[in-house]
Amino acid sequence: MIGVGKIKQYSNILEKPLSKGKQEVSLSAFAFLFSELVQYNQTRVDNIAELGRRLEDAGYAVGARVLELLCHRDKGNRRETRLLGILSFVHSTVWKVLFGKVADSLEKGTEHEDEYMISEKDLLVNKYISIPKDMGTFNCGAFVAGIVRGVLDGAGFPAVVTAHFVPMEGLQRPRTTILIKFAEEVLQREARLG
Amino acid sequence: MDTNDSLRVASLWHSMHAISQQLSPTTGCSEIELLEANTFDLHCFQSLTGSKFFVVCKLGTQHMEALLKVVYELYTDYVLKNPFYEMKMPIRCEVFDINLTQTVQKDRVALLGR
Repeated sequence: MIGVGKIKQYSNILEKPLSKGKQEVSLSAFAFLFSELVQYNQTRVDNIAELGRRLEDAGYAVGARVLELLCHRDKGNRRETRLLGILSFVHSTVWKVLFGKVADSLEKGTEHEDEYMISEKDLLVNKYISIPKDMGTFNCGAFVAGIVRGVLDGAGFPAVVTAHFVPMEGLQRPRTTILIKFAEEVLQREARLG
Repeated sequence: MDTNDSLRVASLWHSMHAISQQLSPTTGCSEIELLEANTFDLHCFQSLTGSKFFVVCKLGTQHMEALLKVVYELYTDYVLKNPFYEMKMPIRCEVFDINLTQTVQKDRVALLGR
């Protein structure tokens, strides 16, 4: 019969090739799901800092898995050993896969040696969210900070990652900056590698 | 107009809207779309879920229905996807306000240009 193809049947699910999967997900669907995640955690915490920590932990789980997937799919099972390498991996590849574009900028902190910043004018997870005035400096970008922390931790670069709002003149909404502070051992290892 | 006045006007309008459905001489009346008064026009848009959006404007302003539809879209985006918004409370979402003023400005510029 014309037009009838036979799909190759794999006896073992482990033998199936790892497909790229559907590249696009509905933004509205994600926005509603994320909104529900925030509301769910809000009812179970006593203070804002705890809410931020829970969102970060949720992101951490995502980050660990994203690292494994991308290492296998996009980088041919090679892993980064240098600081700048892993930072540019997060800044371009991870951002591209998660948000469809590379991050706006990657900067090195001026005050401390161990600080780096990834900035984004309009973070996707914050697109539809307005923080009420009484929540102070809380940022739902803590979820993305958790993702970055998961990726860095899995790659062997332990760090403390936080999300901050940085008001910019000329923009109505403040820019979001993900601040990465690497642990002491990472810097020592980097110095040893030269 | 402060919040209390807005709430008062909104509840008045809601009642009038409901009464009009009963009062209509023809069958199948679902809502008041336009109220023309001496000094102003009031356009109303009702969504499928029963939420009503109305705009009070100068006599004879055109294309208000399109504006209301855009406002409805903004509402579904910036209010309903906001985890900090409680249903049926007054809307205090910054992003919603920013986008709303931008839309009205754009509309006004477009109107003056025509």
